[in-house]
Amino acid sequence: MSGLIENNGLLLGWLLVIGQILLFTIVLLLSLAFLLLMDRKVWAGVMMRKGPNVVGPFGLFQSFADFGKFLLKEIIIPAGANKTVFLLAPILSLTLAFGAWAAIPVAPGWVVADLNVGILYLFAVSSLGVYGIIMGGWASNSKYPFLGSLRSAAQMVSYEVSIGLIIVTVILLAGSMNLSDIVNNQQGGFWTWHLFSFNHVLMFPIMVVMFVMFYISALAETNRPPFDLPEAESELVAGYQVEYSSTPYLLFMIGEYLNIVLMCAMMAILFLGGWHGPVALGSEFVGLFPAWIVNLGHLAWFMAKVVFIFFLFALTKAVVPRYRYDQLMRLGWKIFLPTALVCVVLVGGYVVYAGVQS
Amino acid sequence: MNVIQTLRGIFLTDFLSAFVLGIKEMFRRKATVNYPFEKNPISPRFRGEHALRRYPNGEERCIACKLCEAICPAQAITIEAEPREDGSRRTTRYDIDMVKCIYCGFCQEACPVDAIVEGPNFEFATETREELYYDKERLLSNGDRWERLIAKNLEQDAPYR
Amino acid sequence: MELIAFYIFSVIVTVSAVAVIVARNPVHSVLWLILSFFTAAGMLVLIGAEFLAMLLVVVYVGAVAVLFLFVVMMLDVDFVELKQGSLKYWPFAVLVGIAFIAEITLAGLSREMGQNELFNPMPGAATNAEAIGAVLYTQYFLLFQLAGIILLIAMIGAIVLTLRYRPDIQRQDIAGQTARRRADATEAVSVEPNKGI
Repeated sequence: MSGLIENNGLLLGWLLVIGQILLFTIVLLLSLAFLLLMDRKVWAGVMMRKGPNVVGPFGLFQSFADFGKFLLKEIIIPAGANKTVFLLAPILSLTLAFGAWAAIPVAPGWVVADLNVGILYLFAVSSLGVYGIIMGGWASNSKYPFLGSLRSAAQMVSYEVSIGLIIVTVILLAGSMNLSDIVNNQQGGFWTWHLFSFNHVLMFPIMVVMFVMFYISALAETNRPPFDLPEAESELVAGYQVEYSSTPYLLFMIGEYLNIVLMCAMMAILFLGGWHGPVALGSEFVGLFPAWIVNLGHLAWFMAKVVFIFFLFALTKAVVPRYRYDQLMRLGWKIFLPTALVCVVLVGGYVVYAGVQS
Repeated sequence: MNVIQTLRGIFLTDFLSAFVLGIKEMFRRKATVNYPFEKNPISPRFRGEHALRRYPNGEERCIACKLCEAICPAQAITIEAEPREDGSRRTTRYDIDMVKCIYCGFCQEACPVDAIVEGPNFEFATETREELYYDKERLLSNGDRWERLIAKNLEQDAPYR
Repeated sequence: MELIAFYIFSVIVTVSAVAVIVARNPVHSVLWLILSFFTAAGMLVLIGAEFLAMLLVVVYVGAVAVLFLFVVMMLDVDFVELKQGSLKYWPFAVLVGIAFIAEITLAGLSREMGQNELFNPMPGAATNAEAIGAVLYTQYFLLFQLAGIILLIAMIGAIVLTLRYRPDIQRQDIAGQTARRRADATEAVSVEPNKGI
């Protein structure tokens, strides 16, 4: 990146960055449309329904039809609403969700911003996602959105703590906060993935627990079922989204799903070896192909992992009943937080005494 | 007991078995009816869109007794009547506000001459609200259109009344 | 380029900091405060302290300000009434303001502004996370541990203040509930007609 900028002048470098961002955004939105459809299809499948199947072959274009529908509807702003904050909230939510994706490396070198503190950046930006919800709930000037946003604030702050500690264990094992370094620490086949980490056999049981806890915390952090209390439709109608319609609602929904897919990508990067395949191919074999084809293969592995975890998310939505609020808080503070703390100490001790890092 | 339960909780066996069950369900036969293309059979007692019927000779059945207007719990029916030139008592106005109507079927029960009935049609969604204020002309044309089905339904239901 | 970004950021920080005080609605105040936190994090990134910037966002914007917002939204205080008579404190306010500005100016004048050696204490460290860690766990180890112990005491204190166990109320036994299997609770019995169980 920086080399390119030096060689081609400032303007060309800027154009390149903007082009990268545009390409990334478009690919991300397109894949999001199909992931949304997959979510609905999986949900329908478990309920023995067919799911959307009318628009396009197998309903493949359902998301685009929905997109058009949302855009064409009327934007309703409640009379007592705080107009600026009301409209700012969905924009903020979407912007933050997109911003977080800038640091995600999808293949070697294919990343918009390769930050040194990439994982902290992701953590920070995903913790900001709560503002869209709080602002939306407060600005609606209505009871259900307000209750929903209060719930979500408490919920997201609680689960952020355990997510942070789980991330620390991975950082300790990888010895870096750069996402590309974390991924490269797991190259060489599935047994070196942080989930299994057979190269540090003692860490295997701990990392499996960490993975499962990260998965559950990610469900809570993104307000997915079974932790969808902020928008629990049976008690709060739709939580903070009650007063939203048309494009603002669409922005909220895209932001929410972007965050969900972001969590899937984080799990793929932190635990499942990111872009590395389950079996390392010899460099003689890989060397036969041009670099961009190899990178496409890496990208395919990354996407496959993200889609697999997203499938698990969708399945969880279908099979697990919603938690009660006190159960949610109990799980977060009394089980996940102490377990994660103990695991951080164990992993830290192992890293120091086994001399994992120089 | 508690040890086993703790292990179950740690390894999430309940959730895993639920996942397996969910995946199994995905491959079973779907219960979905592709609605606009396939439809479920409906009962002869189905209470759908209203219709005013005629006698086989083309004379309208309604005698403007206003029983339906009186019994309607949503007060959706408005009737005005005066004697016709031939001396028979007929309605000059018979309006049903389909937005108010709750499809209880009381009008059909109250009618002494089987004039107002609720037919088998349930696909009468409109783009504007005004189109749902049915007048006499619309109700009579409904009756003409659905007469065969309505007559058949009434005949099938007759033994149970 | 960096200079332009610095001026943009500093203008945003100043404007939003003023807006925190000026805003009529307390929730708007907190939102402005969040904006100024966030922009301050941007300025930290500009001087190369990205670790600190991220910590600022995670801790202050992601957690502390959320709780601020939480409290302010829940409060039903008539702020107009609260502001009645606050005018009589203005001499103190001016005094504190002058003292603050004087301190900042003195600190600024006493060293050359714009030189970054303060922000880069360990040129040898690869990342500033390593640099901070190396200083924090050696030179300032005692202070760091003391801060941790103070926080721990605060946490225990909060728990002790709010914890109360009432033996006379019904409590949920979650472990007992989830330990119940279908075999424990139900039984399949074949009942003969007209006999009952």
